[in-house]
This record gives sequence, structure tokens and C-alpha cells, in this order.
Amino acid sequence: MTLGLINANPVVHAKKERVARSEDPHGEDAVDPLEIYDFVRDIRDPEHPYSLEQLSVLSEESVTVDEKLGRILITFTPTIQHCSMATVIGLCLRVKLKECFPPHFKVDIKVAPGSHADEESVNKQLNDKERVAAALENPNLRQLVDECLYSNEL
Amino acid sequence: MELLDGNLELKEVHKLQGHTDRVWSLAWNPATTAADVPAVFASCSGDKTVRIWEQSPSTRSWDCKAVLEETHTRTVRSCAWSPSGKLLATASFDATTAIWENVGGDFECVSTLEGHENEVKSVCWNASGSLLATCGRDKTVWIWEVMPGNEFECLQVLQGHTQDVKMVQWHPTMDILFSCSYDNTVKVWWSEDADGDWSCVQTLGESSNGHSSTVWSLSFNAKGDKLVTCSDDLTLKIWEADIIRMQSGDGYASWNHLCTLSGYHDRTVFSVHWSRDGIIASGAADDAVRLFVESKDGLMNGPSYQLLFKKEKAHDMDINSVQWCPGEKRLLASASDDATIKLWELATLP
Repeated sequence: MTLGLINANPVVHAKKERVARSEDPHGEDAVDPLEIYDFVRDIRDPEHPYSLEQLSVLSEESVTVDEKLGRILITFTPTIQHCSMATVIGLCLRVKLKECFPPHFKVDIKVAPGSHADEESVNKQLNDKERVAAALENPNLRQLVDECLYSNEL
Repeated sequence: MELLDGNLELKEVHKLQGHTDRVWSLAWNPATTAADVPAVFASCSGDKTVRIWEQSPSTRSWDCKAVLEETHTRTVRSCAWSPSGKLLATASFDATTAIWENVGGDFECVSTLEGHENEVKSVCWNASGSLLATCGRDKTVWIWEVMPGNEFECLQVLQGHTQDVKMVQWHPTMDILFSCSYDNTVKVWWSEDADGDWSCVQTLGESSNGHSSTVWSLSFNAKGDKLVTCSDDLTLKIWEADIIRMQSGDGYASWNHLCTLSGYHDRTVFSVHWSRDGIIASGAADDAVRLFVESKDGLMNGPSYQLLFKKEKAHDMDINSVQWCPGEKRLLASASDDATIKLWELATLP
């Protein structure tokens, strides 16, 4: 574990205004990228008490959906180039989406091009489902992910 | 049946439910090739259990005969029967490999192999059943010697891969070991004599026309002179070697790239299996099973392969493993993230 925070001074943005959307994610066939965004925007950053949206790690443009192929692509921007929390953020996104979306949608998660020093290596890890499965069986990592996903629900 | 002329389809004949999490792998018991012995296979899952499935000879239905639980404490990733069919090895994310023996219908864990630093991802017995190989995320491949009384001794720990090792597979007739990795290569391990040290005699990487992303699995043809690999790079690659030369004791003969099957898969190919009568089955993350065969044209440039059949939506989710039944030549089993196992019959269309 590192002693200090990876990024001690993140830039925090105001929360964007929300538009009321349908609460039933499994009911419809059409998948709206903004609907997906609503499920992930409030995930808390692993290091700071702010949401991924507030830290501009995620924005509405982060989510693209290819309905024909049944694929969801989420691109996120770590706050700094050497962010070692990038894989944790990726795991949080996967767990959250698995809960909210029908399993027949394939999900790919990547860091925004140019946003991370080990972009290829981080992307490869995030999309290797065996590595993801094993990571989520690690109790310490699972606890961190749960805190990022559920700490707002009190 | 002349494969290339017929109108073939993969017909779903059974759907087996029972596991409560994704099914990663399955293995047919090799002793069930005999005509009067009911077909048996084992499956392993993220639910930490291994299930043994048997077909009733009278009703032809499939039942789960045993659930091997309370041994592995995490996902069971891979399983393999010894050539005699009497022992079953199971590899787990809990860093151990368990050895089970069938004692009058009940499976007992008779040995636990420890040593890997973290998740064990694959286990495989050699053709004679005298050696066992395991591999894992710690980047190593372990060779174990099978000794009397269900004792296993680690012969050697093979270092060489620079990343997570996904699968190990022994050659069908010779004691040569192959390993596939997240480092995009396949390594070949060989020992010149029975007591000697094992070393990496070849690496099938990008410079040898190898894969450009994680290699998930490999399979040999019946003769053992060809092998097929599958990868996250969405291709299958066929390789060949001069096996006759090797079998005659002339030293190691290297494997050469024969052809690449690209443009057929849309997402990661997790599993590939070559049947005894020459059909290559692939299972992928696009939920489809595909069958390939060698095509008889184009012999001027060497053999080439073609798609024989594609079963879309074979499962509701990713397919992790495909395995042809050793006895029934046209029976294929598939295991999926949807927690089910399906059995398919390759049949000519009416």
C-alpha cells in the first residue's frame, strides 16, 4: 500500500444537473448511453470523497453503446498519468454495470487514449475477465470496490 | 460422412444446469470411450465446486452424480482426468491443485498440491499419466511426478513466461509440454532424457508469426503433428512440426506457423479443441461455437482451413470451454458464463 495519496490535489467539478430518467434498466430493449452514465457517474473515487463525475474521470461522453453488436464501451480518464488506482476504477465500473445491465451486453472498459502512461497494459488487464474475476475474489480489493459503489447509500 | 459436402448443423441435445456461477472448464473422462461404459465428464466453476455428470445408458438423460465441494476455497478454474480415468485433478484460484479419486462412486480428495504463489489456472496429465503439469498467474509452470500411493513430487518449476500463464497441455504422444500465456506467447518445454532438466526449447511469439495478444488455449490433432492456438487477438493459428523426426529420437523439431484464421471471431476466443476426426471447435466471448476443417483445395501453398459451421447464440453468455467427447465422435460439450453446460450433436441436416 502506498503511504501518501496518488493524487493529493485532484480538481473537483460541480455536479452536473440530473434529468429524471426511467428507473427500470432491465425493462427496455433500447439501451441509452445516458442511462448507463446515470448508474456510474456517482461511483466514488477510491482515494477522494468525490464522485468520478466530479473529478471528471467520467463524463456523458464516456459511454458509447453499439446496439447492433450488443456492446457497451466505457472510456474513463484517470486524474493523473501514473494513476495506480486505474485498475480499481475499472473494476468498480464492471461490478456496477453487471448489477444494472442484462448480461448479454458485452462491456469493454478502457482509459481515454493518452490519459495514462501504461495505457495498453491497463486496458489489457481491465478486459481480461479471468484477471477481473480473480481480483474480485480478493477480499481487500472487493471491500475497496464496495466502498466506492455503496458509500453513498446511507 | 464426407464432411465438406454435407449440410451440417450443431444440434443442441442437452442443457445441464446445476452450477450457480460461471462454468470455466470441462473434461471428458477418457475411460468412457468404451462402448458399454456410460459417458462421464467433469465440470468446474466459479461456485468453487466440481460436478461429475453421467449419462444413464437406459434413459439417455444426464444426471449430476457428484458435487465435489468444501475443498477449494475459491473458483475452480480447470479440471483434468488422468489417462486411466481413475483420478481427477482440479486447479483453483485458491493456489492449490486437488487430486480426487473415485472410491466406489464417491470422490475423495486424496492429495493437495501446493506451491504456486497465487491462482492456478490449468492442470494437465501427460499421455502415460506419470507426470502432471500446472501453471498460474505467478508466471510459472510446474511439473510434478506422480508416485505410488497418490504422492506427488514437484520435479521442477519452469520460469520463462513474463506474464500470467493461462493453460498447459502435454503433447498427445511425447513428453513435451506446451504453455500459453498473457505474454502473447506459447512456450515449448522439453527434457532431453527422463532424469534431465526441463527447459524452454521454443517460444512461439510474434516474430514466429505468433499471436498479438493473450493466448488462451491450444489443442493437438489426433496424430500430434499439428496444433491450433486461440487468442484474445481474435484469431486461431495452426502450427505443424516434423513429429516423425522427433519420435525417431532425432532431437527437437521446431513448430512452424502453417496458417492464421482471422476474420471469423468478433471477440476473444477462449477455447479450441481438435476432434479425432479433424474438426476444430472454437468457443468465444461472442457466445458462438464455430467449427473449422482443413479444406482440400489450395494444396499448392499447403493445407488451408475453412469455416464449416457457426452456431450463433450457442449460449446466452461467453463460452469458456469446448470439448469433443473422446468416444462419440460427433458429440461436443460447451461450458459458459451463463452457468450451463450444453451438449451438441454434429448432424447432417434432414
